[in-house]
Amino acid sequence: MATDTETQTPGRFGSFGGRFAPETLMAALTELDRAYEDARADSSFQDELQELERTFVGRPTPLYFARNLSERFGARIYLKREDLAHTGAHKINNAVGQGLLARRMGKGRIIAETGAGQHGVATATVCAKLGLECVVYMGEVDMERQALNVFRMELLGAEVQPVSSGTATLKDAINEAFRDWVANVESSYYLIGSVVGMHPYPTMVRDFQSVIGREARAQMLGETGSLPDYVVACVGGGSNAMGIFHPFANDASVELVGVEAGGRGSGLGEHAATLVYGVPGVLHGARTYVLQDEHGQIVGTHSVSAGLDYPGVGPEHSHYKESGRATYVAVDDAEALEAFQTLSHAEGIIPALESAHAVAHALKMAEGEAAGKTILINLSGRGDKDVTQVRDILRGTA
Amino acid sequence: MTIVNRLDRTFERARGEGRAVLMPYLTAGYPSPEAFVDLATDILESGGDVLEIGIPFSDPLLDGVSIQDSQQQALDAGTTPADCLTYAVELHTRSGKPLIFMGAYNPILSYGIDRFCRASKEAGVAALIVPDVPFEEQGELLAGTEEHGLHLIQLLAPTSTDARVEAVCARASGFVYCISLVGITGARASVAATARPLVERVRRYTDVPVIVGFGISGPAQVRKVAEFADGVIVASKLIDVIRDAPEDRRTETARTFIGELRDAVQGTAVSPE
Repeated sequence: MATDTETQTPGRFGSFGGRFAPETLMAALTELDRAYEDARADSSFQDELQELERTFVGRPTPLYFARNLSERFGARIYLKREDLAHTGAHKINNAVGQGLLARRMGKGRIIAETGAGQHGVATATVCAKLGLECVVYMGEVDMERQALNVFRMELLGAEVQPVSSGTATLKDAINEAFRDWVANVESSYYLIGSVVGMHPYPTMVRDFQSVIGREARAQMLGETGSLPDYVVACVGGGSNAMGIFHPFANDASVELVGVEAGGRGSGLGEHAATLVYGVPGVLHGARTYVLQDEHGQIVGTHSVSAGLDYPGVGPEHSHYKESGRATYVAVDDAEALEAFQTLSHAEGIIPALESAHAVAHALKMAEGEAAGKTILINLSGRGDKDVTQVRDILRGTA
Repeated sequence: MTIVNRLDRTFERARGEGRAVLMPYLTAGYPSPEAFVDLATDILESGGDVLEIGIPFSDPLLDGVSIQDSQQQALDAGTTPADCLTYAVELHTRSGKPLIFMGAYNPILSYGIDRFCRASKEAGVAALIVPDVPFEEQGELLAGTEEHGLHLIQLLAPTSTDARVEAVCARASGFVYCISLVGITGARASVAATARPLVERVRRYTDVPVIVGFGISGPAQVRKVAEFADGVIVASKLIDVIRDAPEDRRTETARTFIGELRDAVQGTAVSPE
């Protein structure tokens, strides 16, 4: 990655990305960029990161051959078990990396936003471990559907700030986190949870999450002697997908498939499938696909899964879409709920509702274009956080 | 490229009168689409030299609760960028004072940069302020504003390094907008201590007028800022005053408030050239 001077256009992925930030943050973004480049090149930083990944996060996470699913659906299906990482999802990979960076930069206060609560929990966990103050912004709608994660964050010593503005979901939590950062930029570190936002966040978060793909690629080669035909991952902001896609990006034989939240229909506001239904725009500091109305206003989204409920997407995914390196599809709420149960029954693994979107599409592929082929699914998180909600939906009491 | 329009003549005139320029801000479509143009006219007639018209956006990252709520209210009432252009035409016809659009990038991109700049110029708008498009990302926007003779206003903040101040000032057109404090918009109890040093740093690199905004809330603060800046922006506090006034007294309240602010800039020492 190129380092930038203060006045060049930084962090582009094709025509996407960039740094559409208010002037107040520009010096801090430049400082962050330099600090990250320094840390990347510093073996003591990398050693500490790897040590924490091994002993605190529980890496490497296993690669699991889903034998029952494979026999039933007709493809060789492998799961990369990010659900087994500490705190129950891939989010911890990025939180550990950025937490170490924040401490190295001498920032004692961490700001984060969260949708499903997984990034908030991961950040609160890392802050507890590293002795950093932690403030997490969360939409009131999400706080209600993920009440257990709110308590978990508080237990870890974080302050959870409810956000009632706009749609009271992830996008508004990000807005509030940005506002906090603008006001406290000199003392605070904004620990963004996905491959979104202004440069260097999309690159940095991708790098910290790429451990998923590096491990999975080596594990596939080790266990099967070859690369998978398909890599499938769910996409909200897109960090678990970019984390597993990126190390396969130069493997031309591997098809990369991102699965977005199709919600309850294709109309604006009924889904969160930004790459499938959106158009290029600028949101949260990056030029990327967004869901907007005909006047350029960002619209509300719907998904059964709080973690995918976001009207933007990481700019590198927009680039992958435009370049054709990855394809993006939508899976609706009902299909995700079915896959949630299928994986639970067939393999004894309860997936996060987010990850269930990827499972649902992979199973469709297995019965069609991918019959007899090898599919690697990123099982980005476990479903413990979702069981109450799914119970209520299945009982018809939601 | 040098652009000269009625905004520049306003600064010249104020300088001749030995005072700073008063630049109130009002969100387009606030307090309602029906009331906006009349209220904006009152603001200009009662002492506003230049009106900053806020183009409402669903996700205003740099704004505090007052402006956020005014924008949401305007959006809920159906205000669009096309409406903002219509309002500008009407205000331009009525008052002839300079108008500035301030808003987020995405609605402008959605409208089309060139199309929006052309329409703004035709509507009598003198300048654009787009705070989420910093120096590094201005290429496309600048092509549009220069093509259509609009100033693209540069913003600087207390956190801007000297190297950035120098680079940004080299592109200054119309005026430089100094963000007085490290934070979001919203009325504050006093003028931030960071305002004056920033203005002084900016003056080292440019001769264009230097304007201060963010957090400035009443006549005393306006007077204080006018002692070291060429103009003062009052935004959130004006929204607060309008929001808190009974509907039948809104016009009178806004006119009185603007009149007090205007008195505060009268006879202020303009910084030495």
